[in-house]
Amino acid sequence: MIYQTKARIQLNKEINTGYYLCVVKSNEIAKTALPGQFLNIRLTADGSPLLRRPFSIHKVNGRDLEVLYEVVGEGSRIFSQKKPGEYLDVIGPLGNGFSLPTTNDQPRLPLGTQGGQGPTTIIVAGGMGVAPLLYLAEKLAYSLGHMAYSKPLVLIGAKTKNQLLCGKEFKALGCQVKIATDDGSKGFKGRVTDLLKKILPQAISHKPLAIYSCGPRPMLKEICRISNQYDIPAQVSLEEHMACGFGACLGCAVNTIDGYKRVCKDGPVFEAANITWRE
Amino acid sequence: MKPNLKVNIGRLKLKNPVLVASGTFGYAEEFSSFIDLKQLGAIVTKTITLRPRQGNLPPRTCETPAGMLNSIGLENPGLRSFLKDKLPRLAAYGVPLIVSISSERDPREFTELARALDKIRSVAAIELNISCPNLGKGTLISQDALATYGVVKEVRKSTKKTLITKLSPNVTSITDIASAAEEAGSDALALINTITGMSIDVASRKPKIAMASGGLSGPAIRPIAVRMVWEVYQKIKIPIIGMGGIIDTDSALEFILAGATAISVGTANFVNPQTTVEIIDGIEDYLKKNKINSLKDLTGSLRC
Repeated sequence: MIYQTKARIQLNKEINTGYYLCVVKSNEIAKTALPGQFLNIRLTADGSPLLRRPFSIHKVNGRDLEVLYEVVGEGSRIFSQKKPGEYLDVIGPLGNGFSLPTTNDQPRLPLGTQGGQGPTTIIVAGGMGVAPLLYLAEKLAYSLGHMAYSKPLVLIGAKTKNQLLCGKEFKALGCQVKIATDDGSKGFKGRVTDLLKKILPQAISHKPLAIYSCGPRPMLKEICRISNQYDIPAQVSLEEHMACGFGACLGCAVNTIDGYKRVCKDGPVFEAANITWRE
Repeated sequence: MKPNLKVNIGRLKLKNPVLVASGTFGYAEEFSSFIDLKQLGAIVTKTITLRPRQGNLPPRTCETPAGMLNSIGLENPGLRSFLKDKLPRLAAYGVPLIVSISSERDPREFTELARALDKIRSVAAIELNISCPNLGKGTLISQDALATYGVVKEVRKSTKKTLITKLSPNVTSITDIASAAEEAGSDALALINTITGMSIDVASRKPKIAMASGGLSGPAIRPIAVRMVWEVYQKIKIPIIGMGGIIDTDSALEFILAGATAISVGTANFVNPQTTVEIIDGIEDYLKKNKINSLKDLTGSLRC
């Protein structure tokens, strides 16, 4: 079920220069939202800007939905000025989220992987791409608890130290977190995909079930290449300009091995191997 | 007393004048979460072609001041798959169904499509999309009065269904094209389709959509659309379905006052998927407030 609802802003604050966290209350959306799904939020009533803006669901907390966003244009600038107590016209939860491993995946694991010896799954976040991955990590960390595997390994990449997000939140879930910065100001110096390539040869002896990733398109293309090389399925969350967000306008097309698909409705999460990567 | 919102488009009787613009409503199912589809005056489908079309290269849309550009390229599953996979559900909504059709290479495809739809009971009317700007063609059928006349005339021979011809605003004289469609036997006109436009990203020096130019829609084009409806209304006798930037009751009423018998909500469906039902209620309120018993009395009642 998709809802269009007036959601009260509980909190909207700058958590890092240019990065904001907004908490809105929507019981019905919060009840059904899955990791990787998104909200399409109307930020103006006067038509300037006209279209809604899509935002990943960062976290679900009881009746509250959290949205983590960066101020990059007019829409997000207006968003950043909204105050607690105001109401937002929100449509959600939208799209197909991440598929979580199930207990059926267990036999795929070689012996010796149980009991927390290696990461069952790897999360790779690039820049703002961290937004949908915290909620995913939470689900992976807890819903797979009964499988007695280790929690996801989380790799976070950013241009520089000041733009790193959510490290603490992932650690609080019990995830192991590794950092990459382009300028080397914190953690591994280089791209987060290079860090992944460095780690995988060691992790491969207890082969992870899945790589989950969100970030800039070239990074996701590289994730796809790596997932092929190591034969670990990867799911990537894509971003695209959208008009409707619920599958009607066919504006947010992405080319796949099965032809064009809608990022908003068929995605935003796709198997990396199914995308026809360009550039 | 409850005002009468009923209107006629050809032989098609509608319970209210609020329709949806082709291409902005998918195949209706996408909107079933937001509104009771039964409330609509009619549903107009995304345009279908004989063969499936994969559509244009992305990016296909971008936002512009008070509007948006699109170049979807008539992505659709083709006639056969439409009849098999989409039509049964569309027919079940219990709302008059208007199927939008287009040719790709040869205008005779219109006749073939119309003939196929003519046999289908659940199809209430056919809309001829002779005005899509995103097919990579130099001239559109609806940019040439003779070509418009020819296509409408041929389709007219192949179906008894109500025929609606959708016109392009990208013309020197909209009334010449409107008259040609009327003379050729079209039962109604739908106007306007999008206005061709372009938007450039100055950082990359690239067009914002892959096909460079596309169709502009949204409130930005409304004054142009209202003017065209008004001009055409004075020149022809068949009903007009007015559209172009309608986002609320007042903007819908503008078109009705200018001479539209019915109106279509387009881009606003993306912004607020409940726009159509809000407008139906709003028109009823307006009639009540102004003590007008029937919407028909309002059509073309512009004071000037």
